[in-house]
Amino acid sequence: MPLERRTFVKIGGLAALGLAGGAAARAGGVIDAARLVPAGDAATGTGTPGSAGAAAAAAPATSAATTTAPAPLEAKRWAMVVDLGACLRHEGCEDCTRACHAVHNVPDFPNRKDQVEWIWKEPFVEALPDQKHEFLPGNLAHADVLVFCNHCDEPACTRVCPTQATWKREDGVVMMDWHRCIGCRYCIAACPYGSRSFNWRDPRPAIAKIDPAFPTRTRGVVEKCNFCEERLAEGRRPACVEACPPKALLFGDLEDAGSPVRQALADKPAMRRRPGLGTQPQVYYLL
Amino acid sequence: MFEKALRGGRHYWTWVVVLVGLIALGGACYLLQMQEGLRITGLSRDVTWGFYIAQFTFLVGVAASAVMVVLPYYLHDAKVFGPITVLGEFLAIAAVTMCVMFIVVDLGQPGRAFNMLLHPSPSSILFWDMVVLSGYLVLNVIITRVGLAAERSGQKPPAWIKPVILLSIPWAFSIHTVTAFIYSGLAARPFWMTAVLAPRFLASAFASGPALLVLVCLLLARLTRFRVGQEAIGKLTVIMTYALLANVFFVAMEFFTAFYAAIPEHTAHFRYLFVGLEGHRGLVPFMWTAELLALGALVVLLVPSLKRQTGLLAAASAAIIVSVWIEKGMAMVVAGFVPTPLGRVVSYWPTVPELLISLGIYAFGALLVTGFYKIALSVRGEVAA
Repeated sequence: MPLERRTFVKIGGLAALGLAGGAAARAGGVIDAARLVPAGDAATGTGTPGSAGAAAAAAPATSAATTTAPAPLEAKRWAMVVDLGACLRHEGCEDCTRACHAVHNVPDFPNRKDQVEWIWKEPFVEALPDQKHEFLPGNLAHADVLVFCNHCDEPACTRVCPTQATWKREDGVVMMDWHRCIGCRYCIAACPYGSRSFNWRDPRPAIAKIDPAFPTRTRGVVEKCNFCEERLAEGRRPACVEACPPKALLFGDLEDAGSPVRQALADKPAMRRRPGLGTQPQVYYLL
Repeated sequence: MFEKALRGGRHYWTWVVVLVGLIALGGACYLLQMQEGLRITGLSRDVTWGFYIAQFTFLVGVAASAVMVVLPYYLHDAKVFGPITVLGEFLAIAAVTMCVMFIVVDLGQPGRAFNMLLHPSPSSILFWDMVVLSGYLVLNVIITRVGLAAERSGQKPPAWIKPVILLSIPWAFSIHTVTAFIYSGLAARPFWMTAVLAPRFLASAFASGPALLVLVCLLLARLTRFRVGQEAIGKLTVIMTYALLANVFFVAMEFFTAFYAAIPEHTAHFRYLFVGLEGHRGLVPFMWTAELLALGALVVLLVPSLKRQTGLLAAASAAIIVSVWIEKGMAMVVAGFVPTPLGRVVSYWPTVPELLISLGIYAFGALLVTGFYKIALSVRGEVAA
């Protein structure tokens, strides 16, 4: 009888989960809304002490439960600034990509066809085509710049998703639910930045070292940069920001005039990718 | 009524066995795809929709085109279309069924397809496409079922069916319009983001659909005692002539807007299709074939002495179908992805398993049409006898 009882409990638990999930979806269209939506106080995205170093040294999430959990990082509107000058001076550096792809279990497929990417480099003239002209300084004409999800204020991807498997959080992070995604790839067609990747095959064999603190994906779903929402919840800045040797990636709250992103934007002119499309990217490129 | 599909001669059963064989082959390939994922297709990081979605788009047009016999019959009292409206409606049922199958085989997680119902998302055009396509399927199932039952019992169809049929007319336009909106609402893809896409879809569908019906009628005239008459064929020919003219006109509009304005991100896709980009010329011969076939068909259709020859008419009809199939079933979807938003020019070709899965779905549709037509013609034969 114990086996039967266990099965019953399991089924009952699943049913309860399903009901709760359904209720959450009806309430806000977002499961886990309570955990994910920021409280909206004046917390800024600045200064988490410690945990500098490479994100490869990320502490497993499980240990956080035993000690006091650090306060989550919260913001009204998260944004990233890429300091192109600082980044380009470190030619060939891929620390941010390595850190991000390691902590997020992003598979590394050698062939372009199967590739999955969260943060990577593209030619400057393709990433920011509006800036292209014949007489660009040499360091820009042939430069590769970082691209990743723009976490748009008016995302085209979330609008077209037929299952609300991707949505914009109140703090601006564009999220993905890999358990709800049906793999129709409409969001990929809608993204003007090529920021989304599809798992054409099982990603797990192509992950060098699986980080148990973050889920791996199944084949047949779409994925992309998540602004490290899982780290923000633990009070840590995005892995790429922490991994960048020249500190060329600035992360913070656009609604906070004192945040590093606002200071950077006040200091120098910045560009965004294809601003004419009205998507309002929240990633800025500083020249 | 279904038992009528189970009675047939040797040719009938040979045809059915061939179709079932193709379905089994496609099914086996789909099992492989379930096992391996969509990596067995030619789709890639850059071209994420391909042959499956293109066939879906083409077949929505076939489904919508049934309205080209239903509308004249019910709104303009074109009595000659009486015997073929049911053929058009059955074709629509088979086409919508194939559309659904092509969407399902394209999904990365088909087991979660019902998430579309669990989490209905009115902001997504795919949601609305699901609504209009399933509605259209239900409408046509009801209409054909009630119509045939009435015909068999020799009575007039019940009065309530008339409003249902009238509703199916605007509904047919809606399915292809909404399908065009899937593409034309995307700022990310300049090739698709054109207001003339939905009209173009409708025009090409209303050319290729009647062309298919002309071929079906000519074929049935050879294989069965079913005769539609010269007048019905003549009317279908007129419809496809004007629809084809409209389609050619719309394509010309696309060319003018793209090339006179000369915005590179608009012209690049057309150049990819018609002259090739960065050495990627795979689609070029297909595109020119499609244009030449369309022009050739127009010549036949516009010269009275030519279109009266049954052989030439059949050739023109086939040319229209192939031309529209190349346009929608091969080029239109892929060209939206090339060049990519990051300027990459790539080639996409469907793989053998991808083609066999598609062939299996087409065979399933053909099997449905075969069975439906068998039933419809048997009911007629019974009444006549």
